[in-house]
Amino acid sequence: MHANLFDRFIEKESIIHRLDPRVKVITLVGFILSNALLPDGAWLAFIVGWIFLLFANDLSKLGLSYTFRRSIIALPFALAAVSAIFSPMGNPLATWHFGMFTLTPTDLGVLRFTSILIRSWLSVQMGILLVATTPFPDLIHALEHLHFPKSLSTIIAFLYRYLFVLTDETFRLLRARDARSAGLEGTKAGGALFWRMRVAGNMAGQLFVRSYDRSDRIYSAMLSRGYTGNIRTLNPHTMKQSDWAISSTIAVFLIVTQMIGWIR
Amino acid sequence: MRFSPAQLHIPDGFLTLFVSAIFWLLTVLFVNQAIRQTNKKLGEKQVPLMGIMAAFIFAAQMINFPVAGGTSGHFLGGALAAIVLGPWAGILVMTAVIAIQGLLFQDGGLLVMGANIFNMGIITAIIGFGLYRSVLNQNTKVRLGVAGFAAWLSTMASALLAALQLWISGTSQLQIVLPAMLGVHVLIGIGEAVITVAALSLIERTRPDLAKPEKIAEQGGYGWIIGGVLFSVFAVLLSPFASQNPDGLESVAENLGFLSAGVSAPYQLLSDYSLPFLGSTPLSTIAAGIIGVVVTFALVFLISRSLKKTDPTSKDH
Amino acid sequence: MSIKHQVETETAPLKITDETLQVTNLHFAYPDGHTALQNVSFTLKQGEKVALVGPNGAGKSTLMLHLNGILAGHGEVSVAGLPINEKNLPRIRASVGLVFQNPDDQLFSPTVFEDVAFGPLHMGLSETEVRQRVESALEAVVMTDYRDRLSHHLSVGEKKRIAIATVLSMSPQLLVLDEPSAGLDPRARRKLIHLLRDLPLTMLVSTHDLALVKELFPRTIIMDGGSIVADGPSDDILEDVTLLEAHGLEKPY
Repeated sequence: MHANLFDRFIEKESIIHRLDPRVKVITLVGFILSNALLPDGAWLAFIVGWIFLLFANDLSKLGLSYTFRRSIIALPFALAAVSAIFSPMGNPLATWHFGMFTLTPTDLGVLRFTSILIRSWLSVQMGILLVATTPFPDLIHALEHLHFPKSLSTIIAFLYRYLFVLTDETFRLLRARDARSAGLEGTKAGGALFWRMRVAGNMAGQLFVRSYDRSDRIYSAMLSRGYTGNIRTLNPHTMKQSDWAISSTIAVFLIVTQMIGWIR
Repeated sequence: MRFSPAQLHIPDGFLTLFVSAIFWLLTVLFVNQAIRQTNKKLGEKQVPLMGIMAAFIFAAQMINFPVAGGTSGHFLGGALAAIVLGPWAGILVMTAVIAIQGLLFQDGGLLVMGANIFNMGIITAIIGFGLYRSVLNQNTKVRLGVAGFAAWLSTMASALLAALQLWISGTSQLQIVLPAMLGVHVLIGIGEAVITVAALSLIERTRPDLAKPEKIAEQGGYGWIIGGVLFSVFAVLLSPFASQNPDGLESVAENLGFLSAGVSAPYQLLSDYSLPFLGSTPLSTIAAGIIGVVVTFALVFLISRSLKKTDPTSKDH
Repeated sequence: MSIKHQVETETAPLKITDETLQVTNLHFAYPDGHTALQNVSFTLKQGEKVALVGPNGAGKSTLMLHLNGILAGHGEVSVAGLPINEKNLPRIRASVGLVFQNPDDQLFSPTVFEDVAFGPLHMGLSETEVRQRVESALEAVVMTDYRDRLSHHLSVGEKKRIAIATVLSMSPQLLVLDEPSAGLDPRARRKLIHLLRDLPLTMLVSTHDLALVKELFPRTIIMDGGSIVADGPSDDILEDVTLLEAHGLEKPY
């Protein structure tokens, strides 16, 4: 029903799709780390990173601008960094007066703000590319292969499986609520704010009880199939030669990016 | 469309490596302990219960309530999870939720995920459970009242921590980000409080077996009360002081060498990112860069190895 | 009419038996004191397909949870001559395929493959063996193409079939299904009927769908208030309108 709302994987036949999920996870972490390591104002390196991203987009057959279009979600948080523009640790560029406030953007401030934004924006796009080209269960397998704690990865797998079931349940509750409060036109739809919050709280409580009972049934279903506390999984992935080749290429690329970023 | 209340999920790039690493370290310690403790208490039920409860929190965060002018409030759930499931379970559940929000929906970054988990899963559990635990023997009214206050305060503490992290990272000016963050979350926190209280009282009424005080008492003892009260006092005292007098806080931090350490820490390890014996040439900068990458990778590798060893349930067949 | 099946009480340990399931004087009360099962006794012969009907709250689901030791009451339950106890649990759980009513409870893994492989993997089988069993289980429910599908992308009918595959992969001797046709549209229900008809397994199926009973199950057990109130040929039971109505059931057309 609402399942598609949460699906991020887009099925395509591409090199990126075929790449071992471990390589993709490590690349993502490496890329984000590399962005974080680059100094403020390493424009050339940022551009190289961006080209890398475009190239990966293209290889994935999702279209050059795919991750760019979906990266808008990262924008709202940029607000938090706006104040960096007025960092006192630089030379003032201008002075703006707003009533009792005086704002002084500085060159270092602008440099810092722009760099933060670019780093964040590049990182987010690589994340988007990862989940668009990798089915989430494979991502969980990758984490397991990389020695992520098994119980945590299994909990995440359960969360993934049941977020669809429980959000459907939530949407049903929400629809029922809206259906009942629709007739109250003229009055403030749904009553006072406090009341609305209480209704939301009751829904959360209901959902909790139902979920708790569901976990009991699932537990029984697991026991019925021989579960004794140790989750066992098959290893569905093996690193191919091409995976090794691509990951070493990416490693070299990231090191080169660092060099470009640090040589002035 | 976003899938969680926005303000608190810090994306990658907004915190320095130093701040990210510190909070990853703290978070790994807590989460590792949470895995052990819940495994000890729940045994083989750990995985299904924690997984479904994480899905519950994820779904409950979709429940919105219109506030005003087209905006709507959301539920975060950290305090509620810690109160009804116990602090360790609450931490584990919130960790899973924040992990999937970061991994699958890019809601919150990966390098900064340690900080996000700490802000939204650990501090909320300490304050939420700690305060509630301290009044467990009181009557329902007092308990629910304190649960509400704890939920509100845990939201404020999350916002406070996020603001401090952004400031130490040199991303935001304290005198702007702190009042902004706290101002927004004073309101969001009220929603959190009302929802937590309503949910808790509904659970107590319909399924008293799930939220029995004796059962909650078993989940954590005086350590949590002390921790909860301590952090609460800290948050309550620090917030107004910092909002009214951010310069004061800034100078305190500066005197402690806190600020400069935060801004350029990873590079300072290698003294301005160059190796002394190579002199200050581009070559030495490059070499230092490579060493930095290697060291970081090695750290990540070691941490994950040690995690594997200490995790009692990681048993491949 | 009460054609209660008499239970033979001669018990030689581990004899070769053609009784796949034997339940003797089973009693069970929930911790809150509510009695859910009273003096329940019946046997299933190998290859028998039996319907379990009765109103909600009659104790059908509780009984099913006893058949592989999820719940343990007073009395005896043995599967293929093997009594259920702590020591035998792994073998019992491998030989009783219990499918829960809600497929969303039964299918707890992200992908179909992982779910069908869960049972065999936890029986400790080798990787090749697990893969083989997954294949043949999916083949049995005619869902081989669904191997790599995500569970949340399946329709209810598909989920129900995969749910059956998740226990078929354990090669059970007894299949226990809770409300398999609930919530299915006519076509999915029809497919399920064909599937259950063609599976060469001993079956105990709880259902409200008496038309399904008429079509598939030669024998019917009616439960009410925690006890078995009738046990006999479906043809007789489904004609006995007084009996059916006394237990909240309706004669199928």
